[in-house]
Amino acid sequence: MGSLKPATTAAHDAGFLATRADALINWGRKNSLWPMPLGLSCCGIELMAMIGPKFDIARFGAEAARFSPRQCDLLIVAGTLTWKMAHACRTIFDQMPDPKWVIAMGVCSSTGGMYDSYAVVQGVDMILPVDVYVPGCPPRPDAVIDAILKLQKKIERESPLKVLFQGRGELDEGGTREFDMPPNQAVATHRIGTFEPVAGEGGEERT
Amino acid sequence: MTAIDRITAAMAEGTFEVIEPRDGMPCVAVAADGLRALMECLRNDCGFETNTFVTAIDRSAGALAIEPCYEVTYQFLSHAHGDRIRVRVRVPLTDPKVPTITDLWPGTSFCERECYDMFGIVFEGHPDLRRLLMPEGYDHHPLRKDFPHRGIEPDRLYREWERGRAATR
Amino acid sequence: MTETQIFEYTSGTPPEDLDADDPLHGELMKLHVGPQHPATHGVLRLAITLDGETIRDCDPDVGYLHRGKEKTCESLGWRRFIVHTDRLDYVQPLMNNVAYALALEQLAGLEVPQRGQVIRVLIMELSRIMAHLIYLGTSAIDLGAVTMFFFTFTEREKIYDLLDSYTGHRMNNTYIRMGGVYADIDDEVGREMRAWLEAFPAKIDEFEKMLTGNRIFYDRNRGVGTLTREECLAWSLTGPILRACGVEWDLRKQAPYSGYETYDFEIPIGTTGDSFDRYLVRVEEMRQSVVICLQTLDRLERTKGGEFLAEDRRYVLPPRAKVHSSMEELIFQFKVVTDMRLPAGEAYFAIESSKGELGFFLASDGTSDPLRCHIRGPGLMNVQVIPLLAKGRLLSDLVAIIGSLDFVMGEVDR
Ligand code: SF4
Repeated sequence: MGSLKPATTAAHDAGFLATRADALINWGRKNSLWPMPLGLSCCGIELMAMIGPKFDIARFGAEAARFSPRQCDLLIVAGTLTWKMAHACRTIFDQMPDPKWVIAMGVCSSTGGMYDSYAVVQGVDMILPVDVYVPGCPPRPDAVIDAILKLQKKIERESPLKVLFQGRGELDEGGTREFDMPPNQAVATHRIGTFEPVAGEGGEERT
Repeated sequence: MTAIDRITAAMAEGTFEVIEPRDGMPCVAVAADGLRALMECLRNDCGFETNTFVTAIDRSAGALAIEPCYEVTYQFLSHAHGDRIRVRVRVPLTDPKVPTITDLWPGTSFCERECYDMFGIVFEGHPDLRRLLMPEGYDHHPLRKDFPHRGIEPDRLYREWERGRAATR
Repeated sequence: MTETQIFEYTSGTPPEDLDADDPLHGELMKLHVGPQHPATHGVLRLAITLDGETIRDCDPDVGYLHRGKEKTCESLGWRRFIVHTDRLDYVQPLMNNVAYALALEQLAGLEVPQRGQVIRVLIMELSRIMAHLIYLGTSAIDLGAVTMFFFTFTEREKIYDLLDSYTGHRMNNTYIRMGGVYADIDDEVGREMRAWLEAFPAKIDEFEKMLTGNRIFYDRNRGVGTLTREECLAWSLTGPILRACGVEWDLRKQAPYSGYETYDFEIPIGTTGDSFDRYLVRVEEMRQSVVICLQTLDRLERTKGGEFLAEDRRYVLPPRAKVHSSMEELIFQFKVVTDMRLPAGEAYFAIESSKGELGFFLASDGTSDPLRCHIRGPGLMNVQVIPLLAKGRLLSDLVAIIGSLDFVMGEVDR
């Protein structure tokens, strides 16, 4: 499940204050994940069920689902991602503020699943760094909750202070994280899809 | 009165041909140039108020001995008479064209766009014949038999977008 | 039909007038809603041209969930494609299975045994309730009634549990087979279903208490998205949208399948054809579904032990136990799995799904490779009329319109 790294050596070298601060920040981050539910298809329904009364992810501090990527730090890609939708998905990811994590929910978003066809992205990891993959078609909500718990464990191992002072260099090594563009710029320069602005009507363009 | 009776009463002899499909639905075949006349007759004289779908079948493959063509298939429903009818037009593989029927049934607009998108059949006179399902700028017509299931460069448009994004960085 | 005139008609002012003094009047703005927007119910994108808050033009852009199902059918073969039909209208997976299976059966000329038909009707009606619950929850949440989402999902979870104990999975069950259903419903599940069905009408009353008499819900829906009968027919609309205009057209009555003609139920119709009537029609349909489900449970008790899967070895897999003991059955199994042929020809079969006419148009050339499988979903037509309904209305009405049209992108884009 994902690329779980052993506890970074940096944390051991960094001394008492730094490790305590890291632990505190990580504790805060992992218990208040704000998911961005990118419900694309069938898995989106199970995602709704997970937020719903029976499974209730509020128990794990992740119930504050917001539909604006600006407020979220956990992108849950739930459903089949098509190449037509891929720009939108990537733009949403770019718009999310750091630090951010991604869960690929369902076989479709993990590997393309049963859709080995001309229109479907064969796994969202072709366009995004993914932290946790959840198999299942659709996965039961329990499985996604398990993924959130796994992600929390992963967050525990991160060292935010090191990232703050030294950049993300070492963490980027595995290729799982790359930020090739500052988020704001992505919105300013690119619209989703291929629509043209309204020409000559004094129209203002908003995405 | 069955659907075929109503058409026979309203249309000139020899402009259409009655066929018997496997599911027993009344079905008529016409040539592309006789399509408009038949459609107007269906709409105005035979009481078919609703279009159910417009699609096509690519007959360039398959075990049946039919000359390769696209078979544009229309299906209509009459609420007043409670019956359905299917209309079949065969068009050639190169430069396939049929007249639009969106002025008679506005609801066929998306169906015709989809058919254009998937098969490349041009509906002449359609007010807004763009691709429906595939993104604009896509080069192929996926449901043609010569198009592979896994596609040809499916990620081309995305990669172009990505390159554009990297260039403005 | 529930009483509709609870309040007097209030939304008579045409929205154009509201904007007349607006200094920004006449300045057009293009607004893109979606493809990722909670109010579009999936990955629909709307390119809207706004004049102030009034919608001047609206261009729905679909295809963000186009997964190439029709092409997939051509390469997978008739039998294996049934798994993909679940994922069409994924709020009612089993209903799509039935539609596809019925189309196959029509092409093959296969009869489904009595008990199989009864089970199919039972799960189709459960699916209808599931789909309408999603409609209620999501359309109410769009209009601000967040509680409804939790209410309806509580009930949906119970149906999920029922289906879970019958099929082994919560959704995307694929339990229908060509020629019947995969397995029989046992008494235990039947009892659970009956208990739930008897308790459910009280829940519907509760939903209605929340919404039908709710001033905000009423005002935001009444007079919004009104369609006439002629418009509905010309724009190929079916299902609750058509019935809300007062047209009594339901394929369960007009072209019965799976023995619907033998059940006792009514078709609710509306009077004005607006969003609020669609809501009322759907709520009443849930009640009627409960009535049908209870009748099917009675029949299941009577036909206990009956056949539920046809015995035609050209199309239907032999039971597992027989495959292990009989050479002949093993050969049949092999033939069905590797090379199931349907007679050459074309067939169309449509059922009344929760959203309207869901039909499959199949063309076979007599080999095991399908020539064409066209899926006629009601959703595409519903998306198509958004511009018609939204033009000249306020932007906030768009949310009510989209909610009441109730489409699922999986089936729109296929
Ligand atoms: S994994 Fe299965 S349930 Fe999820 S989106 Fe894909 S097909 Fe649908």
